[in-house]
Amino acid sequence: MYKIQKENLKALYAAIAAEDDLFLPVRSAGQVNFGLWTQEAEADIDTLKTVKSAKDIFFPQSENLYQVHRQEGKMNVQGAELCRKPFVVFGIRGCDVKGMEVLDKVFLSEPVDSYYAARRQMGTLVAMACGRPETSCFCKVFGVDCAAPAGDVITWLVGDTLYWEPKTEKGEALTAKVAQLLEKTDASAVEAEKQNIRAIVEKLPYSHLSLDKWGAAAADKNFDSPLWEQLYTPCLACGTCTFVCPTCQCYDIKDYNTGNGVQRYRCWDSCMYSDFTMMAHGNNRNSQMQRFRQRFMHKLAYFPANNDGMFSCVGCGRCVDKCPGHLNIVKVIKAFEKEGV
Amino acid sequence: MQEPMHECKYNPGFMRDTLIPQVGIITDIRTETPDVKTFRVEAPGGGKLFEHMPGQCAMVCAPGVGEAMFSITSSPTNQHYQEFSIKRCGVLTEHLHSLKAGDEILVRGPYGNNFPVETELKGKNLLFIAGGIALAPLRSVINYCLDNRENYGDIDIVYGSRSADDLVQRREIEEVWSKIPGVNVHLTIDRPQDGWDGHVGFVPSYLQELAFDTNRTAILCGPPIMIKFCLQGLKEMGFAMEQVYTTLELRMKCGVGKCGRCNIGTKYVCKDGPVFRFDQVDELPNEY
Repeated sequence: MYKIQKENLKALYAAIAAEDDLFLPVRSAGQVNFGLWTQEAEADIDTLKTVKSAKDIFFPQSENLYQVHRQEGKMNVQGAELCRKPFVVFGIRGCDVKGMEVLDKVFLSEPVDSYYAARRQMGTLVAMACGRPETSCFCKVFGVDCAAPAGDVITWLVGDTLYWEPKTEKGEALTAKVAQLLEKTDASAVEAEKQNIRAIVEKLPYSHLSLDKWGAAAADKNFDSPLWEQLYTPCLACGTCTFVCPTCQCYDIKDYNTGNGVQRYRCWDSCMYSDFTMMAHGNNRNSQMQRFRQRFMHKLAYFPANNDGMFSCVGCGRCVDKCPGHLNIVKVIKAFEKEGV
Repeated sequence: MQEPMHECKYNPGFMRDTLIPQVGIITDIRTETPDVKTFRVEAPGGGKLFEHMPGQCAMVCAPGVGEAMFSITSSPTNQHYQEFSIKRCGVLTEHLHSLKAGDEILVRGPYGNNFPVETELKGKNLLFIAGGIALAPLRSVINYCLDNRENYGDIDIVYGSRSADDLVQRREIEEVWSKIPGVNVHLTIDRPQDGWDGHVGFVPSYLQELAFDTNRTAILCGPPIMIKFCLQGLKEMGFAMEQVYTTLELRMKCGVGKCGRCNIGTKYVCKDGPVFRFDQVDELPNEY
């Protein structure tokens, strides 16, 4: 276990950024989101939840796949360069780290998505325990311990001291690079902090949701429930829930004419949108009820059925905070808990 | 075959990503019907872009226009090229129909599973039932079976379309398939037409008239309404759902089960399909 005083963090950031790219929560235009650290950036590690998850560091909202040039009338396809510069994600919370495990199941399963895989290989996760979990948090339901998150390095901010514990080879390597800024310490303050955090989590309103009605077995059972018709009505199909979600991975592939060829890129898409499944001969999910149902059935039933029971929700609560219709996965889970088949 | 990805010194071991297509040359275009053309595609140096199995699909892309999944209509037994029969019904297909022999397109694949031609279908009598453009995926299987004739029993092909002008691959049907021993082709069109002395009527009713025994495996592809009534007819004839195959078709972008579009229940049609047995289809949520 190591420690560093909060006032020295800027030096720590600078030391990391000297060699690697450093992404961390940055305040900009009134919002805190993961961004590239610079001397001028306003780092903010006190805000618990970034508006968007850390997902787009590894699976960007938009990224180039390849370019098509025409040379003497012939098409020439040039794949986009893969991430080749090591980078560090500082201050990622336990829920978002768990979100990476969910995305790994999707993008690292055969055939491996090389764009994502390259970033995973180059990235080091410096996770941060959640000193003050919020009322919309329910990561405990999905097996996340926000007092001791997964990651290459785990940190705890206790008062004005940041505690630092490397957990993996990558974490050890990063620690060695910044060793002159860290000071060895014992784990007593961290152990006390863990107890504090877990006590808060126990009392959070959604910490004890039951997933008994969900999982692989629900794939058949819950689809025909009359509850979906009751639940979906406030849904505006805005897609905000899918964009702030650390596990939503649906994407579109589109073209951009650069004037010097065609850039083919992918960008986030949303199963909430009416044209998501639109084909020349029709749409297999015509109503918003069907699209709403698809999102939750996928996260809570289909995904676990295909991934040894792992849910595709990590309980970060961003959709709870952001949905303009006050709809969310918590309401769905609760409704089925009460009345579900 | 796929060329290796360009050098990436920090990421050795990464293969060229499946999302990156190959350039294919259109070497021949046949007009099948007023709105269907068959495109022959070869690698720039000649030969096939990749190997596939009957029923598999590929993503065809016109850069700047769009990309979509099409079934490969040629049989893998064809050593020289691959073919796609494409109906004009949207922006991309409209563009593809405007292309000429010698033009380039981008192709990636093959994607999806295939008809079990080397396992469950082997040694069986086969009954192919198709409507309209849905002959395209079946033609790959039919020609595979005909080129390996000794591995399969009697082959019946029931194929119908709106009019005689809308029958896809009519020349091959009449000049090749109909002349092979043990192969019976049953054509039908929806409404009477001058110059047509064959059967008139919808595919489901013709299927009932033909009254096949159940000693065969059926492969059924067509518009949803045709599938519905043909399946009902097959059930009445005593066919079990385990002996009827079909293909599903949903919107796709990636082709490898990641973009989420063709997800239905626990399946991704692009990866776990497009070929399903009807007992498997029955287990899916009714969203296809």
